[in-house]
Formats: sequence, C-alpha cells, structure tokens
Amino acid sequence: MKVQQAGSCTEDCPETALPVLTKQDFKSAQEIKWCPGCGGYGILSEVQGVLPRLGIPREKIVFVSGIGCSSRFPYYLDTYGFHGIHGRAPAIAMGVKCARPDLSVWVVTGDGDGLSIGTNHLIHCMRRNLDLNILLLNNQIYGLTKGQYSPTSEFGKKTKSSPLGSIEQPINPIAIALAANATFVARTITDDLKHMRMVLEAAARHKGTSFVEIRQDCRVFNDEALESFKDKTTRRESWMYLEHGTPIRFGNSGNKGIRVRGMEPEVVVLGENGVETEDLLVHDAHGSSIAQAMFVAELPQPEFPTALGIFRQVEKPTYEDMLVAQIDGAIARNGPGDLAKLLNAGTTWIVD
Amino acid sequence: MEKAFVQVRSATVRFAGDSGDGMQLAGTQFADIASQTGTVVRTLPDYPSEVRAPTGSLGGVSGFQISFGDEDVRTPGDSPFVLVAMNPAALKVNLPELQPGGIIIANEDEFTPENLAKAGYSSNPLSGSELSAFRLIPVAMTRMNEEAVSRHQLPHKEAVRCRNFFALGLTLWLYDQPLQPMLEWLMEKFRANPVLMAANGASVRAGHNFADTAELFRVQHAVARAELPRGLYRRVTGNEAAALGLITAARRAGRTLVYASYPITPASEILHELSKHKEFDVRTLQTEDEIAACVAAIGASFAGAIGATGTSGPGLSLKAEALGLAVMTELPLVCIDVQRAGPSTGMPTKTEQADLQMAVYGRHGESPLVVLAAATPADCFAMAFEAVRLAVTYMTPVILLSDSFLASSAEPWRVVSPDELPDLRSAQRPTQEEFAPYRRDPVTLSRPWVVPGTPEREHRIGGLEKADITGSVSYDAANHQRMVELRARKIEGIARDIPAAHVEGAQEGDLLVIGWGSTYGAIAAAVEEKVRAGRRVGHLHLRYLNPFPANLGSILSKYARILVPENNRGQLRSMIRDRYLVDAAGLSKVEGRPFRITEIEEGIESMLGGQSQ
Repeated sequence: MKVQQAGSCTEDCPETALPVLTKQDFKSAQEIKWCPGCGGYGILSEVQGVLPRLGIPREKIVFVSGIGCSSRFPYYLDTYGFHGIHGRAPAIAMGVKCARPDLSVWVVTGDGDGLSIGTNHLIHCMRRNLDLNILLLNNQIYGLTKGQYSPTSEFGKKTKSSPLGSIEQPINPIAIALAANATFVARTITDDLKHMRMVLEAAARHKGTSFVEIRQDCRVFNDEALESFKDKTTRRESWMYLEHGTPIRFGNSGNKGIRVRGMEPEVVVLGENGVETEDLLVHDAHGSSIAQAMFVAELPQPEFPTALGIFRQVEKPTYEDMLVAQIDGAIARNGPGDLAKLLNAGTTWIVD
Repeated sequence: MEKAFVQVRSATVRFAGDSGDGMQLAGTQFADIASQTGTVVRTLPDYPSEVRAPTGSLGGVSGFQISFGDEDVRTPGDSPFVLVAMNPAALKVNLPELQPGGIIIANEDEFTPENLAKAGYSSNPLSGSELSAFRLIPVAMTRMNEEAVSRHQLPHKEAVRCRNFFALGLTLWLYDQPLQPMLEWLMEKFRANPVLMAANGASVRAGHNFADTAELFRVQHAVARAELPRGLYRRVTGNEAAALGLITAARRAGRTLVYASYPITPASEILHELSKHKEFDVRTLQTEDEIAACVAAIGASFAGAIGATGTSGPGLSLKAEALGLAVMTELPLVCIDVQRAGPSTGMPTKTEQADLQMAVYGRHGESPLVVLAAATPADCFAMAFEAVRLAVTYMTPVILLSDSFLASSAEPWRVVSPDELPDLRSAQRPTQEEFAPYRRDPVTLSRPWVVPGTPEREHRIGGLEKADITGSVSYDAANHQRMVELRARKIEGIARDIPAAHVEGAQEGDLLVIGWGSTYGAIAAAVEEKVRAGRRVGHLHLRYLNPFPANLGSILSKYARILVPENNRGQLRSMIRDRYLVDAAGLSKVEGRPFRITEIEEGIESMLGGQSQ
C-alpha cells in the first residue's frame, strides 16, 4: 500500500488524499479452500479488483456471509468479515449497517443460503433498500453438503437427493429481487469476467440494495451448468446482454431480437419479414415500474435466451438514511436525550 | 350522615369491565393517586388476548388490580377486597377471586337481560341471595354518569365512556383518596379538548359525591402509609423498566443502542417504549422474524453498538442458533425473554417461568452464556443494566428472563440518578499486547471488541471454531478442547464479578426457600409472615442463574431443608440438585398465574410439617 499524493488522482482512484489500495491489499493470508477450477476464484479476484477502485478505506469495508461454499468468501479478503449462520447474512448485515451507516457492507450468499433457508431475510433486506451489495453465487446445486438439488436447480435435475429427477420448479433469483423492489438488480457470469467487473462496480457504486446474481458452475456436482455459455456456438444464442436504452440483440450474427405484441414476446430476426431495429424491445433499467424488467427476467426458456446485465437501477431513499434522519429529527426537536429527564418522566412523587 | 373510618394496613381493589370500558385507565389513575399519597402501590392488569372480544362477553372482560398500603405490600394482592364490576360478565369472571366479606360495587344499569344472558346468568345476581357473602353496593352508574355529563353536550357514545371515571370517583372516596391529582391530570391530558376535560371531571366528582352522600356507602377505609427510603419515585412496569435500563446502559457505555425485535406478546412493549426515545440514538429495528432480530442485534454489536433483542418463549426457541453464534463469535448481546405460558403458542397473555432451562442449556454444542432474572418490575431496570454490563465486559450473550407478570405489573421505583450507575465505557480494559481477535484479557478472559472502521485491525470472525488467539478457522482437536474450556471458564469466572447471594429472614435454620424471577413478592411476603410466627425460615432470591453466585453452596448447607417454588415443573430445583447434590423440594404452579402468598405459606408449612415453633 502506498499513500496517494493529494491531487494526483488517476482514473483508478476517484477519491483524493486516500491511501491508494491495490488488489494485493485485499488478499487475506487465509488459504483458499474452494475446489480447483471453481468459479469462486474468478469472483474473488474481480471483487479484489473492484474494491480498490471504490476509494473506500479497507477498514470501512465489511463482508458478511451465511453458510455454503460461497459464504467462505469473507475469509479470503483482508477486510472486516463476518461468517454468519445459514441464510441469515442479510439480517446480520442489516444490523451492521444500521449501527454504522458509514461502512461499505457486502453480503455474499448462494442459491441455497439466499434462496432456500434465508429467502425471507433476502427479500426483506431488498424491500427495505438498505445500502448493501448482495452477491448471490448461483451454481444451481448444493456443493458444501455434496450435491443435492437447490432451489435454482432445473426441473428434472438428477442429484444425490433426487436420483429420479427433481420434481420442483426452480426459483428465478432476478424475479425474486424485482418482486422485492430491489433498486439494483443484475445478473452476471463467471465466464465473462469483464462483464462481471462492470456489474460489480456498478453495484458497489449504487446507493441502496444492489442485488447481483452471479452464475457459476460447480466443478464437482454441476459441471454442465454453464455449458451453453462456454460453447462459443451456443453462447450468443442462449444468452443475451442487457444495456439500458439499447435494443436487446442476440444470436451468433447479432441479428436476433425480441418483439412484443400485446404481452406476448417473440424472437425475431432483423431483416426477415420486414423486421427493423425499431421493432425490437429496448431495455429500460430505470423505469419506475418493475414490469418491463420482470418481463425480460421471466421470458420463457429455453425459447428465449437468458439475460445478463443490469435489469433495474433506480434511486430510492435508503433504510439507514431514513433511520438516522428520524433520530436526527428527534434530537433537533427534543435536544439530545437527557437521562435524568427520561428516568424522571411520568407521574413522580417525593418521599421525604 | 355520620360515616365511619376503618384503618387498614393494605387494601386490594380490582376494576373490571368490558374491554372498551376504560378499566386500565381508571386503575392506572387510582394507582397514581394512591402512590402520591404515600402508599406502596402494586398493580396488575388482566386483559383479554383478543383485541376486541364481543361486548359483554366473558372473554372480553378486562381487569386491573391494585394493591396498596404500607411497605409490606409485596404483590398486587392475592385476592381483591373491593370489586368494581361494570357489567355481569365482569362480576362473573372476577367473583371467585373476591375475598369473603368483600365489597362489590356493581353498575346495575348494565345488568340487563341481554347482558345477563351473555354472561350466562339465568337470573340477576344483584337481586337474589347469591352474593350474600359479600357487601353488595349496586349503583346506577350509567344513568348517573349521563346526568353528570349532560350539560357538556357530548355525543352519547362519548358521554357513556366517561363512566369509568364515575366508578373511579366512587372508589377514591371509599379509600379516602384526594380528587385533586385526578383533576390536575385531566387538565393536562385534555388540554386541547376542554369539553372532554370538563365532562370527565364532572364524572369523577359525581362518583365521589354520590359515595359521600349515599346511604349505601357507610364506611371509608384509611390505608396505612409506607415507610420508604427517601427519594423521587415513579411507578414502572417491568417492560418499561427493561427499556429504560437498556437506554441508560447504552448511554453509560457511550454507544448506540440497536434493539431488533419481532412483535410478540408480552415483549412488544419493550420495542414500543424504546421506539419513543430516538433522541437517545436508540435505533429500533422491527425485523421480519425472530431469527433476523437476534442476528441483526449480533451484527450491530459486531459493528460496535449495544445489540439487544427481546422476545418471548416461541421466539427464544427460534433464536437458539443465533445465540450460539454470539457465544462462538464472543460478541456482546442482550436477549430479553419475557416468558409466557408454553409450550408452543401456549397461553400468550399468561405468565410462566418455564424457559429457565432453555435459557441456560437450550443450544446445541457446549454453549454457555449468562442468564439473569429480574425479581420485580422495577428490578427489570437494574437487571437490564447489569445484562449490558456483563455482555460488554465479558464479550458474551446474556439472556435476561422476565415474564408476563413482571412485564405488565407496576410498582414504585425510586428513580436512580444516572451518575450512581457504573461507567461502562471502561468495561473493556486496554492492553499493551499486540492485537489478535481472540487474545484474551487475563482476568476476564474476554476477547477485545475491535470494531469495523478501526484501521490495521481488519479481521474475520464467524461461527466456525476459532484458533486460540489468532481467531483463524481451526479444526484442530486440541484447540477445540481448549476453546470449549475457555468459553466455559469465562462464564464461570463471572461469579467473581456479581454480588453474593443474600438471605432475607432466618440466616440459618429449618428451611430455605429459593426463588427466582417474579415469585419474589409472594415468597418474600410468605417468608416474612412465617418468620413473624417464629419459624426458622430464610428466603434466597436468585437474580443470577448462570453463573450462580459463588456463595450459594455455602448458604444451602445452613438449612435442614430447601424448597424451590416456581411457575414451572421444577427447573431451578433440578439445577440446584444437580450442582449442589442437595435434596431440594419443589413447589410447582403452572396455571398461567402468579403464586398467591397463601400458596407459598402452605408450601412452607407442609415442608416444616408438624415441627413445633
């Protein structure tokens, strides 16, 4: 770590007069225990890369997690960290943030931790719009408990606990986040680190709850999860990137789009049957309603590609700002609390 | 008309009516006035669990009991001497508790055929011989109240609502209590509504005047004043006192209070009370569930605040895993359990003490923490403060046990001056040694509380086992053994930092009665009575249940026998037998109601058997 000279701020350091931190400063001494080839390494590396760009002193960053492979995350970062209990990270983070709104608080969770045992906390955290960054590492399987289906596993998935195939419909993390009115909702993927970096940085800079689903596979128990993305011939057919204000385009030649008639989406090809760019659905991440983002998130699959990018990004007052504003207001009205007055309140009498 | 005065040491009055009849308010006012005239006043509300049960139904009866008199008034009273019954249902529900020879003041206007039927009376008890064991004073309260307020031209509904103050006026006369404080209170309360102020004032005066002139009221009762230590007093309920204790402790620790809670009967008033005091930087979080409440408090504590949560039995079950996390991460946390009758949803508005072993033992793994219990409503203040002191001094979760009885009953509290209380800022002693998350203070065995925002101290904690000193994750066999023992020794060592147990009554002798929690008043009164009668009985009341006070064992050896009355099936009793290998006997009551003094006296007598005095 070296100290930045005031006034010599570079592009990497938007704030001035702060120690310049590098990726190296965020690496902890703890040995990383993810399996070789795990997507977690890429996510960790990108997070370590994004943190120094935020201009936040290292001691003011807190990573909170629950239980599962994803939740080992805090140990591998040289920030403050809290490895909690299964599913409860958003609620722990709420306590941290409400006690110290000046801290940059991150939650790392997984598809089991965040969408099974802890769904309740995740939803309520998002609807309150606490200024937290939530990273949900979705590998669509239980890894740490060695290979049972998760709430995001596809219907029919054969696992140790579903040898004949899962009979459960998967949950869509993006739809949950949108329904909870999260103010920043995005999906990225471990096999496109550049995209992940962009999404993570946007999430970190967003004031309010940022929810980022990170698609990854599990080398041991769900190796095929990202097959369609890894395969260059299917990647652009099965996946599409969202960009605010831009028509959604996909396909190997980039000539496919989505046209909406009434509430019915259809895949169209530019130039075919007179389809022009103006006919394509234009992504709107800033709409006051969640409707369009939800429409894109819930496009039927596999008929439509899976979307990556920022689904929604809107500004709303944060929980902790309003919490502190009520306290400041009470102090402005009543003066700072006077203990003697508090204890002597109500009907009192004197015994001589 | 000549009226007589009777001098009594204490009296118990119960106001009872429909949920909408304003009985709680009338009772509270009576208690305030009696307090100001120098008596000890203890109160206990009893309201239905339904928000609005059908009018006139037995399930909708709301009661408020007041016991007042000299300093020997230890409980809100075994049974009332005066019952104010605003309708037939109120009479029916409360009559079994009334003392033989007691007074019934009944609002005869409400004893209509319809209301009698709702209460299950086939004939009007006011006109038969059914109540001959009592002194019955039927009063046309509804009608006389309406006449009294008629010139204030209130809407009919509002005029009728004043009749609780008519009943209050009657009762104040009966106990020779002054009207003036009541009128002053009305002036303050209805400053913005002079019509209501005047109407309510007219009601209370009318009730008072009627009693003064009517033939029916022949005797006034003068209740003895109490000898209390000098000072400024107020009345507090247990829940109010607990909230004030948390605020005071956080302030004395120089830290923000974060109280996270999920609404649950009978703990919600703590959340309500704390929510009112934002100018003290009290941050109340109403979370999505009990688990979130507990872990949010832990998160707040990790970030350097006083993290606290409150709940009742079902919530304590849900918080069990999170309490284990606080044990493992060694963070300060206060969890107030306002116990109620269980198991499961049980009887949410009724009292019980059956969470003790859950509090002491109810977590997986070796998971020791501090367990305290408040003995009286006002003691909830002292014990909430003590819970915070121990939590921050020893970096440990603390469960403070209260119960439904303590939560809602009120007693006089000599207001403490905040400066009399310990300064909790110095609870953590500075160390010269190099920082490590689990490097312990050699005396307290407490780890340092270094919070996010502190430069060059970045560290990670969590639920996985910690390597001694460094706090790194460790599955090492010898380390686990050592850490389990260290966590246990840390809690055991707290016995050196808490007051020694002391016995009231005989300091040695035939019987020691050991209680904890809200049984204090009933046991104290019963033991005093027995001591006065020459019995060699002592009373020891435990406010520290884990660890026990260091001198407990030596006290036990001074008595031939031990009796442990509890509102459970003998949970403290078995803990005492387990720890000290003594043949403690139990006295169990699990009716959802506190012990009566007489029940404890009978328990003592049956233990002492035919022993001569």
